[in-house]
Amino acid sequence: MTRTPQIGFLSDGRRLHLQDGPIDLIVEACGGEKDVQAAYQAAARRFTGLLDELCGELKLLRRAADPRQNRLQGRVARRMHDAVAPFAADCFITPMAAVAGAVAEEILGAMLRGAELKRAYVNNGGDIALHLADGEHFVVGLAERPDASGLMRTMIVDADDPVRGVATSGRHGRSFSLGIADAVTVLARTASQADAAATIIANAVDLPGHPAIIRCPAKELQPDSDLGSRLVTRDVGELSAREIDDALESGAACARKLLAAGLIDGAALRLRGEMVIVAARAIEMPGLQAPLRGRALESAMHV
Amino acid sequence: MLTDATTVTADDKIRCDACPVMCYIKPGAAGACDRYANHNGELVRVDPHIVLERTVSHGGRLVPFQATGDWDGKIVHESSVFVTAIGAGTTYPDYKPAPFIVSSEIDGIDMVTVVTEGIFSYCGVKVKIDTDRYLGPETATVRAQGEAIGHVTTSEYGSQMLSLGGVHHLTGGSKKEGRVTCDALMDLSNCKPVELTIDGGATVVVRAGYPPIVNGVDEERMRVGCGSATIGMFAKQWHGKVDEVVVVDDHITGVLSEHQAGKLLDIPDTGIKMKGRRSTPGRYFQVAEPGTGWGGTKISDPLSVLGPFDPKKARPGTTMLMVSTTGEHAAYYELDEALKPVEKEMPADLKFSVERIQENCEPALCTVLFMGGAGGSLRAGVTDNPVRLTRSVKDALTRVTSGGAPVYVWPGGGITFMVDVTRLPAGAFGYVPTPALVAPIEFTLKLSDYAALGGHMDHVRPLASLKDNTEFRQTPSLQPAPGRRA
Repeated sequence: MTRTPQIGFLSDGRRLHLQDGPIDLIVEACGGEKDVQAAYQAAARRFTGLLDELCGELKLLRRAADPRQNRLQGRVARRMHDAVAPFAADCFITPMAAVAGAVAEEILGAMLRGAELKRAYVNNGGDIALHLADGEHFVVGLAERPDASGLMRTMIVDADDPVRGVATSGRHGRSFSLGIADAVTVLARTASQADAAATIIANAVDLPGHPAIIRCPAKELQPDSDLGSRLVTRDVGELSAREIDDALESGAACARKLLAAGLIDGAALRLRGEMVIVAARAIEMPGLQAPLRGRALESAMHV
Repeated sequence: MLTDATTVTADDKIRCDACPVMCYIKPGAAGACDRYANHNGELVRVDPHIVLERTVSHGGRLVPFQATGDWDGKIVHESSVFVTAIGAGTTYPDYKPAPFIVSSEIDGIDMVTVVTEGIFSYCGVKVKIDTDRYLGPETATVRAQGEAIGHVTTSEYGSQMLSLGGVHHLTGGSKKEGRVTCDALMDLSNCKPVELTIDGGATVVVRAGYPPIVNGVDEERMRVGCGSATIGMFAKQWHGKVDEVVVVDDHITGVLSEHQAGKLLDIPDTGIKMKGRRSTPGRYFQVAEPGTGWGGTKISDPLSVLGPFDPKKARPGTTMLMVSTTGEHAAYYELDEALKPVEKEMPADLKFSVERIQENCEPALCTVLFMGGAGGSLRAGVTDNPVRLTRSVKDALTRVTSGGAPVYVWPGGGITFMVDVTRLPAGAFGYVPTPALVAPIEFTLKLSDYAALGGHMDHVRPLASLKDNTEFRQTPSLQPAPGRRA
């Protein structure tokens, strides 16, 4: 099969767009011209064949992760497993829950091996791996749905923060969710960890047994879904303000546990326009501020 | 078209071979990438960015997979494929945030299509409802689920007009008002039926491309003209077959014997007396209250618009046809000895004329134009110098489309456009909880013009050598150059 990834620049000529099968990456590197070029070349090189590599172990990746041992071979696959392993003892989770973040991390890693960059990010459909040299920062925009004109909140991720991964999960995404969150955005040390944790927290934003929530076995929607016959959320009807609070609190309780365990650095949970922030006092979701309307979005990213 | 390696299982699932994930895809569903779908057992590539689940479920148009040759992995494969913005930006399920820039060669001109999805909080729909029936007074509030979402605006020939949405209802009122407005706009834009109630008026179910349902009754036809116009059109055909014709109309009711058209044919007076206010001979305003009965009035008995016949002029045996402007209602009368009209079986040639009126009425439809303004940030995604994009649109160098459909760009400042929602693929509109609508918008221009805009020429892909020729080819369905026509 002559399948080649799609590699090109976006309209701004600055950001690289990489797409292969279900993987879709937006990449940006800042630094010297030569370094940026080298980084993009490294990204494109590493990206080519990456999907095939993952698919080679797809069967195992779709099985519940074994909390005690990592039997996967590929670097990305192993990283996926490592990211979900802390959750595997307590609930059903497969390495697929961290695939987007793990891929983003891998591409960013390849870029940094080949170049000296001031800042860089690899955005894999909202799961983002960050690089920040000393003194640099990123402004991360939280959108209810990703769009430049609709940013709700912005967060500043500083080089001094431990955060190098941002991920969002929720029922509107391409992956299925067991919960009802519109979006849960997580800050963590790595993109794969953020990805896995966002999945777990989004699943916890839920109102079990609520009649207005329509659920359906995952395999009825996607026969080979790693979630098998588990019920995934298809639609959420009217919820009272109280119910919205309850569902968010259930997710926030989960997020606080992960925060205490050092698995995440912060989380923003959103449901029906309401938002709950869980973060260590020291971080306070740094720079959480009013909408960024009208400002240059140069360093803003969609989450 | 199936490829060799694509296998179909017993229960119609398809194994997609487009990438090594090799998804099993159920009929009507999409693979993990959202780019390939199972459409009745065939693997189809969805028009590159359309979100397919909705497309399939709404019977949208799908592009056959691999119509010719092997797919080379590029988004734009065939030059005839137009890349739409649907799903490029942000529609459900939150697809990739970034707009794409794609170049493809169309008719020998290197085209650049910048596809994006705009979020429009300044947006709404204009609804044209082809009906004579009275829907409500001008400026009356239009409601959905009890919430104000717009108003009745000035009517057009044969049609009632509604103006719905807009920033005031979307974000200026209560939270619920905004949400209901947003839902109604999105459903109307996606060609779904929406029930609207008009203060002091009717309840109407509006669905783009379908007849309106007014107070539970399907509208079939829009009128051929007002009552007076109908007299003018058909006077000759009635001449000699009937003594008097009244065309009942909420606006102008026409009377054959008094009308100029009747005079020219030497049709004698019949002694008829009309209620209402005489405008000019044979033309009457306000013969009855507006409503959903005959000819957009509220009457169900046409004789109620007549006074007693003038005994000095009328004679027993006078024949009279009464008909509504759409021909949907018609009755035939003869005056008895007391000069009272008595309903009789309608002669065949008059039935024929009623059918002719019906035939000349166009099917009544609801049509919905989405109207929105493309604001600053959206333009910034296309070029570093947004106002140049605006100017370029004004100069007709840049063609604006919405989901591939032609738009009309309103002259003046900004990029305010209108598009017929039935011309977009199904499910093209989305929303954000702001609340605001998400609509696709594409800007297509010559590469050379794109360069002049400040576009990044070396990064457009795949770039064939620029042909130094001629005009951007205008297709017949294209909008006129904005501002150049009255």
